[in-house]
Amino acid sequence: MDVEILSRIQFAFTISFHYIYPPLSIGLGLCMVIMEGLYLKTGQKIYEDMTRFFTRIFALIFGIGVATGIVMEFEFGTNWATYSKYVGDVFGSALAAEGIFAFALESGFLGVLLFGWNKVSPRVHFFATIMVTLGSMFSAIWIVVANSWQQTPAGFHIVGEGLEARAEIINFWEMVFNPSSLERITHVWIGAFLSGAFLVTSIAAWYIRHGKHLEFSRKAFKIGLSVALICSYVQLFVGHKSAEVVAEYQPAKLAAMEGHFEENSKADMYLFGWVNKQQETTKGVAIPGGLSFLIHYNFTEPVKGLRAFAPEDRPGNPNLVFQTYHLMIACGMAMILLTSLAAWYWRKGVLFDKTWMMKVFVWAVLLPQLANQAGWFAAETGRQPWVVYGLLRTSDALSASVKANQVLFSLVLFSLVYALLLTLFLYLLNKKIVHGPAAHKEEMHSPQLEEMAERFDTR
Amino acid sequence: MPTFLGLDYPTLWFLVIGACFTGYAILDGFDLGAGAVHLFFNKEESRRIALNAIGPVWDGNEVWLVIGGGALFAGFPKVYAAVFSAFYIPFMIFLVALIFRAISIEFRSKEPMIWWRKFWDVSYCISSIAIALALGLVLGNILQGLPMDKDGNFLENWTYFLNPYAGMVAISTLALFMMHGAIYLVMKTEKRLYTKLTIIVKNTTIFFVISVLLLSFYTLLYKTHLSERIKENTWMFIIPVVMVLAIANIARRTSQQKYRLAFLSSAVVISLLLVIVAVELYPYMVPNSLNPQYGLTVHNASSSAKSLGIMLVFAAIGVPLVAIYTSFVFWTFKGKVKLDEMSY
Ligand code: HDD
Ligand code: HEM
Ligand code: HEM
Repeated sequence: MDVEILSRIQFAFTISFHYIYPPLSIGLGLCMVIMEGLYLKTGQKIYEDMTRFFTRIFALIFGIGVATGIVMEFEFGTNWATYSKYVGDVFGSALAAEGIFAFALESGFLGVLLFGWNKVSPRVHFFATIMVTLGSMFSAIWIVVANSWQQTPAGFHIVGEGLEARAEIINFWEMVFNPSSLERITHVWIGAFLSGAFLVTSIAAWYIRHGKHLEFSRKAFKIGLSVALICSYVQLFVGHKSAEVVAEYQPAKLAAMEGHFEENSKADMYLFGWVNKQQETTKGVAIPGGLSFLIHYNFTEPVKGLRAFAPEDRPGNPNLVFQTYHLMIACGMAMILLTSLAAWYWRKGVLFDKTWMMKVFVWAVLLPQLANQAGWFAAETGRQPWVVYGLLRTSDALSASVKANQVLFSLVLFSLVYALLLTLFLYLLNKKIVHGPAAHKEEMHSPQLEEMAERFDTR
Repeated sequence: MPTFLGLDYPTLWFLVIGACFTGYAILDGFDLGAGAVHLFFNKEESRRIALNAIGPVWDGNEVWLVIGGGALFAGFPKVYAAVFSAFYIPFMIFLVALIFRAISIEFRSKEPMIWWRKFWDVSYCISSIAIALALGLVLGNILQGLPMDKDGNFLENWTYFLNPYAGMVAISTLALFMMHGAIYLVMKTEKRLYTKLTIIVKNTTIFFVISVLLLSFYTLLYKTHLSERIKENTWMFIIPVVMVLAIANIARRTSQQKYRLAFLSSAVVISLLLVIVAVELYPYMVPNSLNPQYGLTVHNASSSAKSLGIMLVFAAIGVPLVAIYTSFVFWTFKGKVKLDEMSY
């Protein structure tokens, strides 16, 4: 395998792994703000326990998010040196802004959020929780702005030629508010809220299924469900807006998303299907004219298909774009159905008696995760063969001095380390959940721990 | 090229990045150093206290690395690209060490088994040492210049980095951080652990003084290009002189048990060491060891003035903000460490 494919696999792998955690932190952060807000408002201890419990889970998730994030910041330079030279002038500033405006805020107040319970007043603590959540939302802004600039470049001009060519900024705000930024940030935020909310409902549903901590988990479930219900509907509209932007600025990606090959004709919308790149056909169940309607609000309006683009300008793997895009939408629809039904039962007052529903919610935490990953795969593989859409090809973006065996080495290394990380993460998460919301006080003075400490010292 | 206070934008941005990395070295330096001396404590409670001394702040400290990296990417994309792709293998190992360090701190307290805690203690200590060594190794190689072609592509294999001079810089970095970290821990502890740490402070200070002396002699004798500017401008001698005084002051203040002042002195030492690096390198950021002409300088590797101007505004708004809430956090956790139910 050559450097290009290895570097692509490595980038996709490391960022997909990173992206398991930040959406959880952002979404869980929001839920914690609500819980702690309720605590301050009502003064009920149960909300304090709830906030503390989810803070412990948050710490675990956040820790891994931080540990895996630095990898990509380095990877731009290590694996994509030409790309870094090309885009540095334009979106380096977004990355620097992320560090200074978002991460510093987030990590600074994290200390207070985790360890400050007995050091600061409840109000100051609440303030820290809000700051951490805002910080994590800001991180999403800048990094998605940078990525959106790659999708729909704006506010720059090109200087130099050939290998020397690079983009230089002309208008900062045009770069920040490039045509796809706003839609994509909102979409990413809501996706993150869904991740966090479904984590809360999943944990709560698990307790309810096991008859544990009932008062606690019912309250938590309702908070999670409210956030999830609202967000899953909003996401439908926001996603639709994103699709309109794609249609306008990245028609080849749109064509790949729906497996639409014909040069310029009315386009169908598939519920599911299979794209055959060689034969240039798509088979599956479709709503005739569906895509035309979504984009132009008219069932017969023509939409550009993949054949309208030179073969070297089409996404290399249209089936992957198609499948991941449809997986995201399927998950989105499933979340709408699930949360709506749960809300209906809630109104009728029978929500927590439906054991099957609680069972589904325990596992439903995977839906937003799948949708988030699939969405990024659709957006990023659909952008191929370009790193910067229409300007710089992925194959030209590599580091000239890095050899395939070096990338192979790092890829294997990260695979091993991340496998270990994921295992430990799941194990500890599970442990924390099983342990439940009880305060750690008892645990800290448990005989088991004291005995351990003694033996630790004498060895 | 627009200027501000008589300095052109690339030079200014060079200073900003220098300040970020200095901030990083001072802040993360103490928690890396605390990690490097971690295994000298043999009681469970001591290790917990040592960990919780950096618990609320290490992540915020590390952000300076992220900010510095981002600032380099934005301000000097060519340097960022050249350095990061050249140091591919060392950086990958550095990243893995960063990951292990983060999770060691996080995971250690989550299980009561002795083997579990010992495992993460060792992993925490080794990764902290590895990070310090890797940072020094990179610095040592950049100081000597890299063999690059005219596009800034590194021409050698990664084993090239393992040379004596870089090794000496690496060891000195480790020694510096260990001393700095031990002084920090002494401020945060009491009773027996405190007594133990006062000894560690002494030993690490000796370790640092020896390694920095060796490094200085070696540099003066064999790496003459790294002292030219100071030799040519006599007034600049004040920098190494103040540095030596600061080192002496560390010894003086530790013997008086005024650790806060000792800590400030070691922060001054770190800053001045980096000032010397900057003074000797400038205008180069990465000298080329094959052909000086193709070295990357502040001017031939920078982003456009427009872009730098925007980021200078960012820095002007952002840095005071960060300073405010960083002080707030340090102030909240001031004083000796007390373990409670939320501690690691
Ligand atoms: C600021 C930039 C940026 C951001 C925020 C993201 N990416 Fe990306 N991504 C890139 C910048 C980038 C890139 C450096 O430009 C890559 C490397 C090779 C390429 O073609 O684009 C890339 C490639 C890339 C690929 C491989 C595509 C291919 O080679 O066919 C995948 C699957 C992802 N990314 C997935 C993600 C995920 C899951 C993200 C969410 C967290 C994400 N990307 C955010
Ligand atoms: C290539 C893209 C990315 C890079 C270079 C990157 C870089 C980083 C870095 C360096 C950190 C650690 C910061 C620290 O030390 O505190 C981090 C953490 C984080 N990142 Fe990313 N990141 C990327 C993608 C994303 C995306 C797409 C999002 C959001 C939607 C995101 C959100 C976060 C958040 C919220 C954190 C804090 C840790 C956590 O909440 O788990 N990142 N990232
Ligand atoms: C329900 C209907 C949905 C529609 C119509 C929709 C539409 C889209 C479109 C068109 C894109 C590509 C944007 C681009 O390439 O610029 C996208 C990307 C994405 N989607 Fe969705 N989406 C939906 C649901 C969801 C859900 C439920 C989630 C997560 C919980 C989600 C998460 C993402 C993510 C993370 C991306 C990548 C980031 C981006 O490009 O904005 N989507 N979506």
